Amino acid sequence: MDETRPVKIKVRGLSKVFGKHPQKAIELRNQGMKRPEILEKTGQTLGLSNISFDVYEGELLVIMGLSGSGKSTLIRCLNRLIETTEGEIVIDGENIPTLKEKALLECRRRHFSMVFQNFALFPHRTVQQNAEFGLEIRGVEKAERHKIAHDSLKQVGLEGWEDAYPNQLSGGMQQRVGLARALANDATVLLMDEAFSALDPLIRKDMQQELLQLQSKMQKTTVFITHDLDEALNIGDRIVLLKDGEVVQIGTPEEILTKPADDYVRRFIEGVDRSRILTAESAMRPLRTTARESDGPRTALHRMRDHTIDSIYVVDRDRCLLGLLEVDAASRAIEEGADSIIPYLTQDFRKVPMDEPLHNLFAMFSEKSFPIAVIDKQEQLLGVVVKGAVLDELARAGEQ
Amino acid sequence: MDIPRIPLGDWIESGLTWLTSEYSLVTRGISRFTQTGIDVLNDSLMWLPEWALLGLIALLCWKLAGPRLAIGAVAGLALIWNLGLWNPMIETLTLVVFATMVAVVIALPVGIAAALSNRLYRVIMPILDFMQTMPAFVYLIPAIPFFGIGSVSAIFATVIFSMPPAIRFTTLGIRQVPVELIEAADAYGATRGQKLFKVQLPLSLPTVMAGINQTIMLALSMVVIAAMIGADGLGSEVWRAIQRLRPGDGFEAGIAVVILAMLLDRLTQSLRKTRQ
Repeated sequence: MDETRPVKIKVRGLSKVFGKHPQKAIELRNQGMKRPEILEKTGQTLGLSNISFDVYEGELLVIMGLSGSGKSTLIRCLNRLIETTEGEIVIDGENIPTLKEKALLECRRRHFSMVFQNFALFPHRTVQQNAEFGLEIRGVEKAERHKIAHDSLKQVGLEGWEDAYPNQLSGGMQQRVGLARALANDATVLLMDEAFSALDPLIRKDMQQELLQLQSKMQKTTVFITHDLDEALNIGDRIVLLKDGEVVQIGTPEEILTKPADDYVRRFIEGVDRSRILTAESAMRPLRTTARESDGPRTALHRMRDHTIDSIYVVDRDRCLLGLLEVDAASRAIEEGADSIIPYLTQDFRKVPMDEPLHNLFAMFSEKSFPIAVIDKQEQLLGVVVKGAVLDELARAGEQ
Repeated sequence: MDIPRIPLGDWIESGLTWLTSEYSLVTRGISRFTQTGIDVLNDSLMWLPEWALLGLIALLCWKLAGPRLAIGAVAGLALIWNLGLWNPMIETLTLVVFATMVAVVIALPVGIAAALSNRLYRVIMPILDFMQTMPAFVYLIPAIPFFGIGSVSAIFATVIFSMPPAIRFTTLGIRQVPVELIEAADAYGATRGQKLFKVQLPLSLPTVMAGINQTIMLALSMVVIAAMIGADGLGSEVWRAIQRLRPGDGFEAGIAVVILAMLLDRLTQSLRKTRQ
């Protein structure tokens, strides 16, 4: 990563002590004591100790750590939902820990949107009203905030759900609302606190992909908290690894994988170079939906909408792969009144056999964002591989 | 050994006497204001012919809770009318409505304040315990030197007796709002006021309504007891039946109270459900 990029948030020497006598704990820490000793001596918990890092403009920074590592505390210190004990957090020249109450509110409104692990949607508000919340708080006029919120709901694929209440939605959809609420606010920084951890694995993968797509469009500075190495490797531009309230390593996913700072990190990523023996089959997952050659464009489009994907593989009666239909092509087919989708298929995607080595797939992803099709000798479609799954598989191999 | 008896009662009495003489202007003002309020409400309810009010109440029940409650209301109220207890019933209803309004107007801000401040919470909760467990009759005694015999004293005692659940439930409702929703409101830069009106109050509304329902029920029971200090209504019918040893009359008035109680309870509960 380019170190000369403009810094959005500068964190220096940040510490947080939970308890009534924080200074005592800080003193002991300065004498070189660690968290367990300090707890035993003073009854104070050293949540974060001397954390320093930068968040660059437009990057997706992942803060990764296991439970108890202080990652949730850290993200809450950034927008001061938790008061810090010492240190600086500077955003656009303002030092957040020393802001007065009014300035703090202003700072939160301008700079921070937040997405929560358990969604934290307001149950008494509709989806639309939830998405409007941040704007409403800022006093944006009704018609305008309605439009902005509507657009951001559309962006996360929730058009048509505006009047539903959160409890009528699945977990994945609820978190889309949470994301829409954050996007509508148009703050300069997006904070995501284990945003996808409460979702089931398939949905989580989708949400990660979508976040990456949104990110490539919007280039919003994002701080993403997770306990999940797969997720961190999959979506992070850079990763800050936390352990027991201290930074262990900061680097790109590649740096973490190739140059682990210490044994702790090494244990995390051990065995990753076994990727050479892993194949496409191991990262493949079954297709949730395909279109058939007999389907009309409307049916195909409907399937895509149902699964919130923007392209769909088309197979014949024997499940042999015919091509890929993109959402734009399907819309075009409908406009032109076509009955068949066959003329609108593209062959501009990658297909690999099951025994293709996993590391070869990396290069293919940089060209196109479509999932890679996995086929057998008869050209039958077996499944697909998405980018997340490859890293996932590597990471899992590392854990074993 | 002879330990002198603590003259607790004397102290309270001299305190009350002092309050009565010192604040007689205030109590007289409150008294006049309250009496006017009660009279206006009572007269307007009495001004309507029985069948018209009965129809209005039935319509309200239908709108809020559906046909079953409406039918029940018509049957119950018709029975009260038939027994010749219509006017006492209206008087009781007036006292209940008025006392509940006063209680809620005081209880909501107090409940909110106790929810938001831990110190206030620790002060208010024991006071509420005191208000609720003190035998209800005791409130009737100081009410008389303050406000004289009659409806105003009844309202005073009723408000004190029935207010605690409204305060408690308001506090509970606000404190029950999940921390993560408070955090979400904070994260988006909500002020205290915005947090209260956009998140805490709307989410605590069902609980607050449950508290108001309790308050109404307590108010009804107290208004009946308050007949002992000269409050009009169904209570005075019961009181008269006791003095004349006429169980039949007593039960008739008692049944009217039960009908009124059930009606008020179902109505406020349905209000709570439709809000949810």
